[in-house]
Amino acid sequence: MTQFVLRRIFYSVVTLFILSATIFLIVRLTGDPVALMAEASARPEDLDRIRQQWGLDRSWPVQYATFMQNAFKGELGKSFNYRLPVSELYFQRLPNSLTLGLAATLISLLIGIPAGIISAVKVNTWWDYAAKGVALLGLSIPGFWLGLVLILVFSVWLRWLPTSGAGDWRHVIMPALALGWYFAASMLRLTRSSMLEVLGSEYIKLARLKGLPDVVVIAMHAFKNALIPVFTLAGVNMVVMVNAAVIIEVIFAWPGIGRLLYEGIFQRDFPLVQGVVIMAGFMIVAINLVVDILYAVIDPRIRLAR
Amino acid sequence: MLEVTDLRTHFFTFGGARVVKAVDGVSFRLREGETLGLVGESGSGKTTTCMSIVGLLPRAGRVVGGSVLFEGEDLTRKSQRELRRIRGRRIAMILQDPMASLNPLFTIFRQVAEPAFFHQHLRGRTLRERVRHLLESVRIPSPEWRMRDYPHQMSGGMRQRIVGAIALAGGPRLVIADEPTTNLDVTIQAQYLDLLKDIQRETGVALIFVTHNLGIVAKMCDRVAVMYAGKIIEQGPVRALFDDPKHPYTRALLGSVPKLGSKEPLYAIAGQPPNLADLPSGCAFHPRCPEAVPRCATEEPGDVHLAGGRVARCWLVSDGLTRS
Amino acid sequence: MATIPADTRLAPRRETADKLRALLEAAREAPLLAVVILGGLVLVAVLADLIAPYDPTLPVKGANVFDPPFWMEGGSTSTLLGTDFQGRDILSRLIHGARVSLIVGLMGTLVAGSIGTAMGILSGYAGGWVDQIIMRVTDAWLALPAIVFAIFLAAMIGPSMWNIIAILGGVYWTRYARVIRGEVLTLREREFVKLAEIAGASKLRVIKKHILPNVLNTVTVLASLTVGVVIIAEASLSFLGVGVPPPQPAWGLMLSEARPTLMAGQWWLTVFPGACILLIVLATQLFGDWLRVRLDPQTRNL
Repeated sequence: MTQFVLRRIFYSVVTLFILSATIFLIVRLTGDPVALMAEASARPEDLDRIRQQWGLDRSWPVQYATFMQNAFKGELGKSFNYRLPVSELYFQRLPNSLTLGLAATLISLLIGIPAGIISAVKVNTWWDYAAKGVALLGLSIPGFWLGLVLILVFSVWLRWLPTSGAGDWRHVIMPALALGWYFAASMLRLTRSSMLEVLGSEYIKLARLKGLPDVVVIAMHAFKNALIPVFTLAGVNMVVMVNAAVIIEVIFAWPGIGRLLYEGIFQRDFPLVQGVVIMAGFMIVAINLVVDILYAVIDPRIRLAR
Repeated sequence: MLEVTDLRTHFFTFGGARVVKAVDGVSFRLREGETLGLVGESGSGKTTTCMSIVGLLPRAGRVVGGSVLFEGEDLTRKSQRELRRIRGRRIAMILQDPMASLNPLFTIFRQVAEPAFFHQHLRGRTLRERVRHLLESVRIPSPEWRMRDYPHQMSGGMRQRIVGAIALAGGPRLVIADEPTTNLDVTIQAQYLDLLKDIQRETGVALIFVTHNLGIVAKMCDRVAVMYAGKIIEQGPVRALFDDPKHPYTRALLGSVPKLGSKEPLYAIAGQPPNLADLPSGCAFHPRCPEAVPRCATEEPGDVHLAGGRVARCWLVSDGLTRS
Repeated sequence: MATIPADTRLAPRRETADKLRALLEAAREAPLLAVVILGGLVLVAVLADLIAPYDPTLPVKGANVFDPPFWMEGGSTSTLLGTDFQGRDILSRLIHGARVSLIVGLMGTLVAGSIGTAMGILSGYAGGWVDQIIMRVTDAWLALPAIVFAIFLAAMIGPSMWNIIAILGGVYWTRYARVIRGEVLTLREREFVKLAEIAGASKLRVIKKHILPNVLNTVTVLASLTVGVVIIAEASLSFLGVGVPPPQPAWGLMLSEARPTLMAGQWWLTVFPGACILLIVLATQLFGDWLRVRLDPQTRNL
């Protein structure tokens, strides 16, 4: 067990190391930020001064080493544009992204779980086909286009909901729906297959053999077991949504991490971009690590399977 | 108490385009407190027979003919609702795999208590007492403590005894045990079989014991029925049937059990078990039968009732051609 | 209920005629809706220059900006689906946009599939430290949400259709690598591979003759599922302004150009390009589902 945990932690560290090095390299290979930062009239000496000030005059390995050293202390560098530590900016925006991610996760669960259960319990019936259709649409409708159509319908035509920005609950509905839509489809698919697997298990057969009512068999015996992987994926998805909602946040002018990244990219604020992307990677690697370890604690067989 | 007559259960796959006759004309009787062994290769229809009795067939399966009289009631004509009141209360079943039979997320107490909770409506302390008693009767040490455990905290043998306790929880008159020991260690197997026998002696339940292990049949059963390709090809009292098997398949089956110290060559059955969706003509066993006569390939033999309550389905028996 | 042990199945070596016949047979059973949509779109994309009534990059002479579709008041039958903010014909832009979507979708998938398959085979067949390195890189790639990675790369490298193809290929190869590696690991232990190795075939030959043909089914299934994802990713990048650059008529770009006027209620600028994306992705999904069941029943849960 200890060995398994240590190995997983080691792999996660290696993953983060490769990721950060890749991001670091790409950022530096693709353009000189100093030229963008300085005013057009700046003389070469000014540029050098800026380079020195930001530590960009040193060799890449040294820059990377410094960056990693600071990263371990929780410092991800300073934004060119905001002149603030990246971590501060990140954590300033995090609550907004968490709100959105949480709401989108809830929506994906509210659609995905009931539909998935119905389609598994009534497998190969009209219900099942309808659910399959919903799943197919979930994967086919681009989330950002859904967002635009929602704005068109609910803000422009019906005037029920505000188009953009963050505020009360009415601001969250549309972005959360646009973001959660795609994930609802994956929740549906997973719930269905997981439920089918559990319903075919021996302990469900035994529960039926005990003469329990169907409701008890499905709601108590099957449900709980089938939903473990679903909630696990929902957790992972939420972390992904928090970090990957770039387009949705741009469309709805939602002041979250995705928009921070978008702004950083267009201002060539590369400490910011680098920091946000690495934070995203860190959070996703971390949640996967946690899930793996939790699973291994719950079910010893998984340790051998992976 | 149980009388199965000409039971036929078929599976309809590919929208009914393919019919698999998993059980095709099975008849047997079981008396109060008696033990019947149901033997045969895998895929011969043993499990489907059991599932047809309790009315829990997979989606594609359907009982298309025959009857299952249990204490005077025909179970094949009952609704799922009525069957639910019989399952777990009057008929219980023990499944093959003790590791998979218990719900990993519920305590032992809860799983053992469920039949008594739903059928006998026991609550609170009486329920707890009942569970403790049940766990004691399957020889679980310190049941008060153990009932709070989860399945993964127990060994395989212990779990299978818990499954036994669940079967007994409703106070059944018939227990169907579907290969209950195949996944256990040999020593634990023996203990478990002894336990089942003890329980049967104490409670007087009838037992149907599905297995492919003839040694277990010899040890546990009063009567035995041998299944092949969805039919019972021979049945009778264990002793008589083992001493003098009438059907060539039974002979082959008995011959394939290695006997310690025996000088006779080990007899393996040639060929593969038949494909149930595409059975050979005549007697389904004829392509593998070492004693087949031309008639076997064209006509299907019927039941031949012999002295001592024995039945066999073979032309050699009905035509008196049995090899001496 | 076949009782043939799995290992006696030899590596499939089909003749060209057989392959062709199988293909024809397959085509007959293919899902009609998906084939019609995909076939139609391919046709439209190929013949775009002939079908499109106007040049998609230039304003239509005599038309206003923001003309609505012809059935609405103020619409004209000369510009059937209306015009955009520069007075360009929407229908023509949609038709040419199909070309961009299909090229990026197919080429991006091809690049991703090629990199991923090569990496997967290399990783699975070579084993050892090669395997370790490739798998750790795959992990690192998977740690970032694909779309974030793609946006990041596109912003850094700069917008152009061919860059987008390379970027999407470079982001989406990881899934192939994982799955193919797993398949190769089991293939490596199979009789016919062992026999070929014992017979002294070179590694390259074993890969070419025995490994590659046997993973192609899985690659095809994965590819069918990747196309839609790549098309949506391209549209997303173009929408954010880091994808296909204007004035090229990409559907994502059209959505982006429509955004400022969305609030004014000019819905046709937003609805039509999005519906096109939805249609093409839906068709590839349907087709992929069918392909998956047909080619590889075991990967149904991918």
